[in-house]
Amino acid sequence: MKVTEQDIKTVASLSRLKIREDEAAEVTAQLDKFLTYVENLQSIDTTNIEPTTYALPMQNVFRADKVKPSLERELALSNAPLAEDGYFKVPRVLEA
Amino acid sequence: MELYNKTAHELHELLQTKQISAAELTADIFSRVDELEDKIGAYLTITRDKAISDAKLVDEKISRGEKIFPLEGIPCAVKDNICTKGIKTTCASKILENFVPPYDATAYKKLSAQNPILIGKANLDEFAMGGSTENSGFHVTRNPHDLDCVPGGSSGGSAAAVAACEAVFALGSDTGGSIRQPASFCGVVGMKPTYGRVSRYGLVAYASSLDQIGPITRDVTDCALVMNAIAGRDEMDSTSTSADVPDFTKSLVADVKGLKIGLPKEYFVKGIDAEVETAVRNAAKKFESLGAEISEISLPHTDYAISTYYLIAPAEAATNLERYDGVSYGARVDGVDVVEMMTNTRTEKFGEEVKRRIMIGNYALSAGYYDAYYLKALKVRTLIQKDFVDAFKNVDLILAPTAPTAAFKIGEMISDPLKMYLQDVCTVPLNLAGLPGISIPCGVTKNNLPIGFQLIGKALDEATILQAAFTYEQL
Repeated sequence: MKVTEQDIKTVASLSRLKIREDEAAEVTAQLDKFLTYVENLQSIDTTNIEPTTYALPMQNVFRADKVKPSLERELALSNAPLAEDGYFKVPRVLEA
Repeated sequence: MELYNKTAHELHELLQTKQISAAELTADIFSRVDELEDKIGAYLTITRDKAISDAKLVDEKISRGEKIFPLEGIPCAVKDNICTKGIKTTCASKILENFVPPYDATAYKKLSAQNPILIGKANLDEFAMGGSTENSGFHVTRNPHDLDCVPGGSSGGSAAAVAACEAVFALGSDTGGSIRQPASFCGVVGMKPTYGRVSRYGLVAYASSLDQIGPITRDVTDCALVMNAIAGRDEMDSTSTSADVPDFTKSLVADVKGLKIGLPKEYFVKGIDAEVETAVRNAAKKFESLGAEISEISLPHTDYAISTYYLIAPAEAATNLERYDGVSYGARVDGVDVVEMMTNTRTEKFGEEVKRRIMIGNYALSAGYYDAYYLKALKVRTLIQKDFVDAFKNVDLILAPTAPTAAFKIGEMISDPLKMYLQDVCTVPLNLAGLPGISIPCGVTKNNLPIGFQLIGKALDEATILQAAFTYEQL
């Protein structure tokens, strides 16, 4: 096995996801099968090969630093699960 | 006269010459929707009232004797991961079930400038992650050619809508084959433009270095018309290219004499269905009979494309989908503190495949694994791209199957994610290399399921693809 149930729980927590006890074994097995498959990349020699993040050559893209109208606050808040007084409202973040 | 099965360019003539009205055409399409939608399930939202009032405006324009745009009054479907202002855009996810975008995606905005008639928002695999539309958070879409089969994915709703004549054309999006594979499964034309050719602004992000919006149409002429409408630089997407946009209809010339077409041997090996192979090789023979020069070529890193894609795409997805945190938009499931709220929201509202890809992505990006997985994949991506650069020194186009098989049965693959991923072997290399490709129908299997072949072009050379595809279509 390349991954353990504990690895899965750690990744889930980083992903802000919860893995139920009864699904942990299956999720681990699936990820393990996947990681075993992608192991074929290790057989390729990539010494001195640069990584490609974007397919087309692109330099830094600049634009003029000008103030333009943006989304109105009311519209920006229109899809919020909870908003109050022009702000997004979230549960407590800091300990009282 | 039956209207629903005509192409956009045929309907344009009929509208402009007042032989039909946009209202009549729209009603005809809705008669199809009413008859078939229960069985096919191509749409997530149907915009009937807007369609009827938009058609009226087009008819008024025509009656004033004005010239109309090529796509004006033509009924269309738009994949539900493309933002439409004031119209729900769910991405087929419970997490965006009630999301109403406050702005239009640029591609949709540009299309809307021609006043087509929006019939509705088309179903997809949740967040465009999948190849069968079975991963939709709402319902599956069925293949119009066989209701027991998948329409392909992730733009399965878009392709099924066009194939079932519930729309004349559609917009889809393609991250690893999501326009071309469903077009192939549904027997229609689907093009993934060069990366950067069409703005991604307002396309709900899956894997930003791979995503691209493109047309699904009944024929190549319509494909060129939709490309004309949506292509071009957009200041809202810094990765959109400032390269000149040709008039794609200029490519609709039946001539492939002397055109060099390569068949990559690695696309015709293990896993490819015999009927698919025969149909695709026959397509190559037809090109030869029309004067094209066919040769075998090699794209030696093809075998590594699936691994490369399924590390890069989930890594980008894991990052892009961090935004679904229950705060600024989308669903929220309560918790005692903010972390629990976010965890509950994401755990309950994301589907299985989306969670799987987020986990793969975060694993590949995490400390200790980044070099072995993500960085390694980026380097192999360079080699895959180089394969194409080398091949295009000797050929003008590459011809290959779009998918190794015709449409498979609903439920056949869903329990084996890796098996499903391996289906994408013919399509993902183009996204990794940023190249344009089209899927064109080339026959059916003995079970009457459509087969498609793919033409792959050089970066920004959609024109040559369209010309070859148009030539083939005239046979």
